[in-house]
Amino acid sequence: MADITQATQTNRARNADENPVKRFFRATEIDTRLLGMVGALVIIWVGFQLLTGGLFLTPRNLWNLTVQTSSVAVMATGMVLIIVTRNIDLSVGSVLGFCGMIMGVMQAKILPQYLGLEHPAIWIITLGCGILVGAAIGALHGSIIAFLNVPAFIVTLGGLLVWRGATWFVTSGQTVAPMNSTFRLMGGGTEGSIGATASWIVGIVACLAIVGAILNSRKQRKRFGFPLRPVWAEYFLSVLGCVLVLGAVAVANHYYWPTNIARRYADANGIAWPEGGLQIPHGIAIPVLMAIAVGIVMTFIATRLRFGRYVFALGGNPEAAELAGIKTRWVTVKIFMLMGILCAIAAAISTARLNAATNAQGELDELYTIAAAVIGGTSLAGGVGTIAGAMIGALVMQSLQSGMVLLGIDSPFQRIVVGVVLVVAVWLDTVYRARAK
Amino acid sequence: MTDQRTPLVEMKNVSISFGGIHAVDNASVDLYPGEVVALLGHNGAGKSTLIKILSGAYKRDAGEILINGEPADINNPRDAKKYGIETIYQTLAVADNVDAAANLYLGRELRTPWGTLDDVAMEAKAREVMGRLNPNFQRFKEPVKALSGGQRQSVAIARAILFDARILIMDEPTAALGPQETAQVGELIKQLKKEGIGIFLISHDIHDVFDLADRVSVMKNGQVVGHARTQDVTKDEVLGMIILGKCPPKAIPGPGAMQVA
Repeated sequence: MADITQATQTNRARNADENPVKRFFRATEIDTRLLGMVGALVIIWVGFQLLTGGLFLTPRNLWNLTVQTSSVAVMATGMVLIIVTRNIDLSVGSVLGFCGMIMGVMQAKILPQYLGLEHPAIWIITLGCGILVGAAIGALHGSIIAFLNVPAFIVTLGGLLVWRGATWFVTSGQTVAPMNSTFRLMGGGTEGSIGATASWIVGIVACLAIVGAILNSRKQRKRFGFPLRPVWAEYFLSVLGCVLVLGAVAVANHYYWPTNIARRYADANGIAWPEGGLQIPHGIAIPVLMAIAVGIVMTFIATRLRFGRYVFALGGNPEAAELAGIKTRWVTVKIFMLMGILCAIAAAISTARLNAATNAQGELDELYTIAAAVIGGTSLAGGVGTIAGAMIGALVMQSLQSGMVLLGIDSPFQRIVVGVVLVVAVWLDTVYRARAK
Repeated sequence: MTDQRTPLVEMKNVSISFGGIHAVDNASVDLYPGEVVALLGHNGAGKSTLIKILSGAYKRDAGEILINGEPADINNPRDAKKYGIETIYQTLAVADNVDAAANLYLGRELRTPWGTLDDVAMEAKAREVMGRLNPNFQRFKEPVKALSGGQRQSVAIARAILFDARILIMDEPTAALGPQETAQVGELIKQLKKEGIGIFLISHDIHDVFDLADRVSVMKNGQVVGHARTQDVTKDEVLGMIILGKCPPKAIPGPGAMQVA
């Protein structure tokens, strides 16, 4: 990503008479690499739309796609920071499994004894415990890596085995179900969506935030007399942002409750069943909102906080970071703690969605998470990566899988395709970076 | 020295040994405000070791360091920074993947009242400092990786200046640079001299530094061969000091000078 900025700006210095396309990208400061990824996503979507004969780009499939992506997307945001500092975390799937199992046991077995079944506080206590467990595991991994100098690959490879084993020991291999009904909202579904009105409110707030952020950045740059983006570019970005947000809300609001659930709901609330069925929109799913919130918070951490600056400096040149007086070991510990917390949040989403905590929860998720981060432009050499890119990367992976399911492709072949796509994506990225230099 | 001012730095009779090898043996060097002293010698002559004692990376076995005439207690790099001593390393100075402003402020970022990074203020200050050092520098938004060697060097130097350095140590400042960039760094050094900053240039190649330095101090086998003002000696004579340890007439011989029979 950094390479792109570099390339576009070199162009700025070099040729004043650049073509309109170049001028457009320069003025809007759109990251062409991110745009490339969005382009790949669009190609995948349109491709599947054609292959499945119109099954892919339906509100229902898109809505499901976002819900299925959220768990891996949450973890991918943390994986970016880990890979940026030249580390790797192979244990996220197992940590997800362990946190999920702890949370399952908490809400299904321990807390009801004290609070009674379906107590309104159960979900938040459960989530809090899960996050604490995740943070503790992350801190343990991080400390071993930073203070005992064991390579992250080995520590987390050990973690992969240890926490999967530990998951089994919590209940001696039994699956824990069902989950608390409030907790289950985090998994999405008919109940776990916020409905049409709330979705529009969220969309409008997001639009206001986009416009506000653009205005604020313009004001800041004016304050110090830095070069400004042309006004048309500012308008363009504002409109584009708002159209995308509101478009996504509209899609979510066009996915209606399944007939039998809607009928049950109508019966329970004494609504007369109209001719042609009752159409209750889902709206945005709660796990998707959680993933978006995590993405925003992580982007804030990565770009606006001192900690994030240190993470990138550490990835770019560890010696320079050390010489600059950064406590590099603590930064490493904090990154892994953050990853643990994100694993716990992802675990909440996936156990809530499954309505059960199982031994196998999150198996292979470490690989999907790493793949999402890498497809999203995070460089394994360290120092380069964006949160948004990783989340789009997660969406690309999930789109491929979900599209292949719609096409009825066998699961072994799905894996082959995903594996090949990962390698090809990284190869294309390498080519792109080499040319950008 | 006929100079009556107090030296900015005076290292007196400094020695350090590693496992019985006298890396630096009874060496003395000094540096005045606004002066550039080149510390020359072969690889392994002890010049880098001597200077690392000053920057706090090594701890001396014997001898003393005076800063502005006062004994200074330098045990680690943080102590050295307290005395306004900044070291610029050829390769380790900058984080490649972040921009110039981020590098200038690495480790002591400016923050808004809400605790977030104040990038705009940092960029403004960076533009100011870089404008003073290198008015042609315009690429504030790009990762440092995209800059030329000379520009990177000026970022590293600007960083030291932002720390209010009064004593600058530059280890092989131009070794990796092309001729044009070397000239750029030369300009920078002249600029810093004007501001009263004392600079130690360390090099094994006399051509890199002879024209920039006011004085040269030559080391050989851990000992100081001698000091000389650059205007009093020729390059060949200094080469003689470096290679043979032979002190020309106008230089002040040190303990390492070849004893002429």
